[in-house]
Amino acid sequence: MGAPNELNLAALAKYSNDFLREVEANVEEGEWVKMCMQCGVCAGSCPFGPDWEHSPQKIFMMIRAGKRQEVLTSDSMWMCTSCYNCVVRCPRKLPITQIMHGLATYAHRLGLAPKMQPTYQWSLQFWDNCTRTGRVNELKLTLGLYFKEGFVAGVKKAWALRGIGFGLLRAKRLNPFELIRGHECKDKAGIHRMLKKAQEIEARRLKIPQFKTEG
Amino acid sequence: MADLKTAAYVCGGCGIAERLDTGQLALIAEREGKMNLVRRHPFLCSAEGVAQIQGDIDAEGVTHVAIAACSRRAKTEAFQFPAVAVSRANLREGVIWVRPANDEAREATQEMAGDYVRMACAELKNMKLPSGHAETGRNRRVLVVGGGVSGMTAALEAARAGYAALIVEKGAALGGWASKLHRRTPFREPFHDPVDTGVAGLIEAIEAEPRIKVHLNTTLTQTGGAPGRFSVRLTNASGVSWVEDAGAIVQATGFTPYDASRLTEFSYGSSPNIVDQAGLEELARAAGGRALRRPSDGGSVKKVVFVQCAGQRDDSGRHLPFCSGHCCGTSIKQAMYFKDADPAVNTVVIYTDLRTPGSGEDFYRSAQAKGVTFTKGTVTGVEANDRQCRVSFRDLILAEDAVIADADIVVLATGQVPNSGVDIEQPERQDANGVQPISILNLSYRQGKDLPQLRHGFSDSHFICFPYETRRTGIYTAGPVRRPMDIAQATEDATGAALKAIQAIENAQLGRAAHPRSGDLSYPIVRLEGCTQCKRCTVECPFGAIDEDERTYPVFNESRCRRCGTCMGACPVRVISFENYSVDTVGAQIKAVEIPDESEAKPRILVLACENDAYPALDMAAMQRRDYSAFVRVIPVRCLGSVNAIWVTDALNGGWDGIMLMGCKHGDDYQCHFVKGSELASVRMSKIDDTLKQLALESERVATYEVAITDLARVPQLIDDYIKVIERIGLSPMKGFA
Ligand code: SF4
Ligand code: SF4
Ligand code: SF4
Repeated sequence: MGAPNELNLAALAKYSNDFLREVEANVEEGEWVKMCMQCGVCAGSCPFGPDWEHSPQKIFMMIRAGKRQEVLTSDSMWMCTSCYNCVVRCPRKLPITQIMHGLATYAHRLGLAPKMQPTYQWSLQFWDNCTRTGRVNELKLTLGLYFKEGFVAGVKKAWALRGIGFGLLRAKRLNPFELIRGHECKDKAGIHRMLKKAQEIEARRLKIPQFKTEG
Repeated sequence: MADLKTAAYVCGGCGIAERLDTGQLALIAEREGKMNLVRRHPFLCSAEGVAQIQGDIDAEGVTHVAIAACSRRAKTEAFQFPAVAVSRANLREGVIWVRPANDEAREATQEMAGDYVRMACAELKNMKLPSGHAETGRNRRVLVVGGGVSGMTAALEAARAGYAALIVEKGAALGGWASKLHRRTPFREPFHDPVDTGVAGLIEAIEAEPRIKVHLNTTLTQTGGAPGRFSVRLTNASGVSWVEDAGAIVQATGFTPYDASRLTEFSYGSSPNIVDQAGLEELARAAGGRALRRPSDGGSVKKVVFVQCAGQRDDSGRHLPFCSGHCCGTSIKQAMYFKDADPAVNTVVIYTDLRTPGSGEDFYRSAQAKGVTFTKGTVTGVEANDRQCRVSFRDLILAEDAVIADADIVVLATGQVPNSGVDIEQPERQDANGVQPISILNLSYRQGKDLPQLRHGFSDSHFICFPYETRRTGIYTAGPVRRPMDIAQATEDATGAALKAIQAIENAQLGRAAHPRSGDLSYPIVRLEGCTQCKRCTVECPFGAIDEDERTYPVFNESRCRRCGTCMGACPVRVISFENYSVDTVGAQIKAVEIPDESEAKPRILVLACENDAYPALDMAAMQRRDYSAFVRVIPVRCLGSVNAIWVTDALNGGWDGIMLMGCKHGDDYQCHFVKGSELASVRMSKIDDTLKQLALESERVATYEVAITDLARVPQLIDDYIKVIERIGLSPMKGFA
């Protein structure tokens, strides 16, 4: 386990800067968190605001209040749709969207991300799907999503959307054989090497041994 | 009067001649107004028209000029004839611009114009050209009370403008509160870090300035006189006493911090680790730029909590109800004392609203960048053990009760209590710190020893319209005694007050009024033979201008007078008047109006409108062509306070159907240029009911309104609504008796 997970165990006193410093060191654009002036404009601007447990404003205050566990296990930052409404409006010019994704990534890296959060699941599936062959296999991705909650649920969902499926088939936008073999990019091994290298660089920068790729 | 030669000029410009029969108006001026000379001109404010008036003054010996044209507030430069008395009939803003241009309205509109011409002629004949009073003090020195940043700045500014200054400081040294600070909040670009207080530089500048004299360990034991001739008795610590003269006074006596030991909920006094902002400055000065240590045991500091609004903005009635303005900036600065010495120290500022006006916002950002934590919350309690403090608060963002249990130092941001001397209205009243104040100025004025206060002990001045002004002419306040403020604001304030002091000196020397009738040469003249020593004028003068002699006759100090006419309005035997504004100048206008008899069903409504707000509002309504009834006749008054009850009685006796009194808002958030005038008027008018009863008239016949200068849409509506009231109660039964 690397440095951040050790911090995990550290007793964090409330309203100390320890967690803020951790965020600054490990989260993309994390050094902006201290500049939030708690005006609440982001909270009011976010189209998903009412559905989040904690608005960006609150997340930033929680970081400053040292609520490490609550922030990192929260599903709030996974709710961000990258609409950039908040970024456009924030009077303090915080890159809120990036911070939300940065926090999500960091939580994932530490293994603290909420396992059943749909966006989280979808992200993992997408990553897995596209890195496996170097291409996104849309059919497998979609079906994987349909059958995520079990066979019966998957059949029901597929049935409900059959019209679109047949339409795509007729328009030659969907090839059922992709399910069996599927396209691959020309140099799959090269892609894998590239990704590995990128992960190594990132890990070195963040002083962690390995980027986790599975939930 | 043998040397009275009157002339009336009727202008036809700006559409007046198209809308009104100016020939008939000229005839009124001649036959009814009895003007010696009457002329019509198509464009009176043109160079040629003005030259004609000037020609008549020079060649014909005209001494009194009635100009029937636009509002007295318009074309003031063109119609400026300093050698003669001038009255104005407002035919443009007062008549044609507020009346519809149709045949149906023509007759009533013409009648309106005719009355305004009658009124201008009647007023004119009762006017005299103001000569300026003789009581002109010529002392040109500014006496500054208090040697803090405000006082030193005021003295330096006066000196740099060429005036001598004298600083009287009660303490043993110059510098005031600022000299007790480690650093001050930045007041220049880039607003990132605390900066030197600058006090040493100010003291040096004072010492190097030959125009400034300083008396330390000295207080004012008696202040008498008036602008231009203040006579101030000073007494020093060894009891030696002497008199100094001054032309004007700046009171810059600053503030005392709110006594933190009154904050029992924050356990101030229970541990040396709980300090107020002043206490933290002391620690910072002692540390001299090194890291601050924990006061209780000299241990290192890891966490500091700042409690904003401690005993401020309090609605429980126990502490200060207001915001002292500087304390958010001060806490930001103090958090930086820690952060700059050691970035690892945790500093938490708990605020409900962080108030950082102006460039304070940049300073706030700088503190955030340095890692100061700002938390929106309300602190409910502070407790201390030997080493650490426990701060309980409600986190308002996270909506939960929170505790910081490991604070090494807790700083309470307490407020400012002004050092304003005794409250002349309640001399026994203690200040917010529970201290019985002692007088600062020791004025020998009839109304009391110190400056009148407005709220919370701060001296009375209108913060937008006329800052620095007080209700004692020639005495100006600057700095936190006027309102809560920081050093930068106090510096600006002191500069403003110094300029006001200079104005007062210059005006006094020429026998002219100070703000708001600045330059006015008229002054109250009292016919003492008729005075009944009722003392109303001496009590009611909002500016304490009138003292009393041994026989309790009023003694007017003209240079202290602002020419509001409140004394004139108060005097029951009407012995107070101004040369160009008197019971007669207005009374004659009321009598000059033609009152149609009952059968004509044309009510006449007298509007007495304050010249500072209501009258301009009416003018502006006219500029926007907002119509109102042709039944009103408006007379501008200096202040509603100058309205003498006799005008009301005369009007009612003369058959007027109603009277509207339009003055400024009064109360704590008053708008009155003379502070108390409109309030006094409303008190007086509340007693007018008796008069109405005696005359067997309805109470609706006299109505008082608060009108602001911005009420241009509302005033015509008020007038039209009032006409409806009069229509409902019917015309006055008093017609035809006069
Ligand atoms: S809009 Fe910006 S400054 Fe305001 S609460 Fe959100 S992040 Fe903070
Ligand atoms: S970018 Fe994300 S956090 Fe910002 S408003 Fe859009 S959804 Fe909300
Ligand atoms: S009441 Fe007004 S006019 Fe009269 S003495 Fe006082 S300031 Fe002057």
